[in-house]
Amino acid sequence: MTTENEVVVHAHRDDVGARMGMWLFLLSEFLLFGGLFLMYSIYRYNHQHDFHIAAEGMNIFLGTANTIILLTSSLTMALAITAMQKGNKILSLVLQIVTFLFGLAFLVNKFFEWSAEFKEGNYPGSPILTAKPSGQILYYGLYYTMVGLHGVHVIVGMTIIAFMIRFTIKGIINKDDYVKLENAGLYWHLVDIIWIFLFPLFYLIT
Amino acid sequence: MDDNKTTHIKHTPGYGIYILVWLALVTLTALTATVAGISFGKFSIAVALVIAMIKSYLVLSEFMHLKFEMKAFRIFVLVAILFFLLLIVLLFQNYSYY
Repeated sequence: MTTENEVVVHAHRDDVGARMGMWLFLLSEFLLFGGLFLMYSIYRYNHQHDFHIAAEGMNIFLGTANTIILLTSSLTMALAITAMQKGNKILSLVLQIVTFLFGLAFLVNKFFEWSAEFKEGNYPGSPILTAKPSGQILYYGLYYTMVGLHGVHVIVGMTIIAFMIRFTIKGIINKDDYVKLENAGLYWHLVDIIWIFLFPLFYLIT
Repeated sequence: MDDNKTTHIKHTPGYGIYILVWLALVTLTALTATVAGISFGKFSIAVALVIAMIKSYLVLSEFMHLKFEMKAFRIFVLVAILFFLLLIVLLFQNYSYY
């Protein structure tokens, strides 16, 4: 490779800057969910008994299973980046696909969980739910809003990972240039962190 | 070309550390799910949140490589968390008088 090529390759790249931009975006995501967590905390403070009763109806098993699924998907994502750094393209590709599948498994679990809730009549605006005390309506409103918004983030994360899989196959992401994969990983880990807080707040604290 | 590679590889931890972090995260999840059955009264919220914070710290510093990044990254995150905590304190300062 000629010296001229080296200059071209490195002149237009700023990996630290790219990651910094991603982190600033993640902080705006943090405040987006932060506002919802604030709303949760105030409503919970005002309706402690109703929140207690509504949270007991949650499926702790599915919630815990989904927590483990997301944590494991974070592991496979981190490992995919390490594999790419070490130049093991095939392993990185496999780990990215596994991460994507874990995201899918999370959504499938969510589908069964929400289907069960809908069958019991606990969907927004249902006659059964609206007949309940206002605190429980608020709990379910927050549950569907916050868990739903998190679910949207899982879908976005999976879409990003799908693109990373394509970039890896095409060689756009490679041993020497993997900042896209790193940033996709950062997004995926943020989705994981948000779930780390949603899980105890909606499933465990009863 | 070889000289340039070294600048990219210096932050490469092995696979092992991630598996250890994952084990810690799963253990903490099992702990928080088990502990939820025990009533600590007013402290059960605190216990669950402290465990969630420890888990987040592990994800932020290890999986998200915050411990390898420039100091500015950690300052960004700390400032954001600080302002969020300030928001919670001020909000409840207001509400506790109702």
